Amino acid sequence: MSNKLIDLQHITKSFDGTMVLDDLCLYIRENEFLTLLGPSGCGKTTTLRILGGFEHPDSGRVIFDGADITDLSPNKRQLNTVFQKYALFSHMNIADNIAFGLKIRKKSKEYIDDKIKYALKLVNLEGFETRMPDSLSGGQQQRIAIARAIVNEPKVLLLDEPLGALDLKLRQDMQYELIRLKNELGITFIYVTHDQEEALTMSDTIVVMNQGYIQQIGTPEDIYNEPQNAFVADFIGDSNILPGIMIKDQLVEFMGARFACVDTGFGTNKPVDVVIRPEDLKLFALPEGAEKGSEAYQSCVSKAEALNPGYLTGVVSHLIFKGVHYEMEVQSGGFEWLVHSTRLFAVGTKVLMSVDPFNIQIMNKPESEDEQAVALEDM
Amino acid sequence: MKKVLSRIYLAFIFILLYAPILVLIILSFNDSKTRAKWGGWTLKWYQQMLLNADIMAAFRNTLIIALLSALISTLLGLLAAIGLNRMKRKSTRTVIMSALNIPMLNAEIVTGISLMLVFIAFGQFLNHWGYTIAFGFGTVLIGHITFNLPYTVLSILPPLSKVNVSTYEAALDLGCSSRQAFFRIVFPDILPGILSGFLLAFTLSLDDFVITHFVKGPGFDTLSTKIYTEVRKGIKPEMYALSTLLFVSVLALLLIFGRSRNEHKAASEKPVA
Repeated sequence: MSNKLIDLQHITKSFDGTMVLDDLCLYIRENEFLTLLGPSGCGKTTTLRILGGFEHPDSGRVIFDGADITDLSPNKRQLNTVFQKYALFSHMNIADNIAFGLKIRKKSKEYIDDKIKYALKLVNLEGFETRMPDSLSGGQQQRIAIARAIVNEPKVLLLDEPLGALDLKLRQDMQYELIRLKNELGITFIYVTHDQEEALTMSDTIVVMNQGYIQQIGTPEDIYNEPQNAFVADFIGDSNILPGIMIKDQLVEFMGARFACVDTGFGTNKPVDVVIRPEDLKLFALPEGAEKGSEAYQSCVSKAEALNPGYLTGVVSHLIFKGVHYEMEVQSGGFEWLVHSTRLFAVGTKVLMSVDPFNIQIMNKPESEDEQAVALEDM
Repeated sequence: MKKVLSRIYLAFIFILLYAPILVLIILSFNDSKTRAKWGGWTLKWYQQMLLNADIMAAFRNTLIIALLSALISTLLGLLAAIGLNRMKRKSTRTVIMSALNIPMLNAEIVTGISLMLVFIAFGQFLNHWGYTIAFGFGTVLIGHITFNLPYTVLSILPPLSKVNVSTYEAALDLGCSSRQAFFRIVFPDILPGILSGFLLAFTLSLDDFVITHFVKGPGFDTLSTKIYTEVRKGIKPEMYALSTLLFVSVLALLLIFGRSRNEHKAASEKPVA
């Protein structure tokens, strides 16, 4: 892809003695849709506010297009922000709201009128010029807030949980809308959210943050399929995370069984964390009353072993219908496994459980809290 | 029955409240020197009042002081409210807010006497360098600003604290300097509060007697102190006219004040955009 547009170098920020960002390094490429994802208090909004110029980092530099903008005030930056609660000017109509930035910059009347038309068309709200913000729905207000930001032709649009206040359906519609806008405008979007689904849907790059540290940077596929630590695995989608021991390359032991996997380079007999996504677990129902060693039992075992030499036995303890799939809990060796399957296994069914070696994700155990902050080499 | 009784009770209360003022207003139109006799309707007391240079001077003083003290205390109150609103430490803020409330609860006569003492003490202090403080316009103005200030701060602070911080930041983001952002975005939102603070201060200053009485010094009068001195000399019907005028103007201001406050309330009760 193209060059670095923004480079955050060793950013540190604390509020009232509480560390919010600790030596954060991150760069953002031109024309990228980058999402800062994490639970509340992880420092994602502070990062965005430092980019926008609303907070000053305690140390570290913000480089924009080759120039140091750390000490520049918000009105001097080529970035525009879309705020969480829209922040429309309630005493101005829609046209005046959108024209606000252009009027401050003393653009000509014709230019401003053109821009208002263009922006309203872009966000599908033509003819709303004379309406007041209060008379608009949440989704419409959010579109106006976006229109107000993009008429200034920023190189980067900062979005601070812009869909947080909208209901689910509207949020999904707006996600498509934002992707479309991003493609039409051809500018960089930096998006802050705590909603992992939103992040997976829209981003080119996701930055997962927790407690002021970057946990992982990668494409949505990377983040989902190859979480680098337990936090990421847990935060992105549902997953089963449990301790295991890496016996040797491509062989891991957990819950007393040895499973084939594809990971290498962890050493031998090393404690690790094992992550398995619920949809990757395969269940095989044991025929009722089938004794261990009986023919029916053995045929079930061989089906499981065909997938992976290792398997576990368990009992289905919970079942919920989720539309596309069933969500089940399987009790096995004192651990509750979360399983998604399109096939129904009734509560009480005895099952064998196995998993494709490719779908077992091995992670290093963090030795301390701090080490969860993975030092990330260049992507 | 219950309803009738409650109506009668209400009427009774209002008669008690307003009868004295009503009597005063009627007497101000009475064409007779004594209160005991009704001599028909007249406007001559109003005429005499208008021709009385002392009364007119007091009237001018009252207006100028009310206007100036309201203006200055609104401006100071605005600055104080902005500062208080930005204060991050809640404990400091609470202390200052209670300190603001004390002068409002304090007996006026105490405020009046202490202001007088301050002026005297400060005058003596200045005496060392050959300066003096003359009681009069200046001291009354300072006194009025002092007692108005808490009211203006408390009128401006609530709407200011409701201003959405992100609209201010959005203005900065769209290219405003912090001053432009304040005047274009924050100011329109708190204008009703500023206006109601101003009107409240103006009204309070207009009819203040106690504090003015202590800090005015001889030879300087506002309407309320003028009425007081005249009445001590013997009641002249012009004083009825003057009192009526004062009552009507304060009433008018209160009505305006009430309206602007209602509108302001209605505006702030709108759902946050």
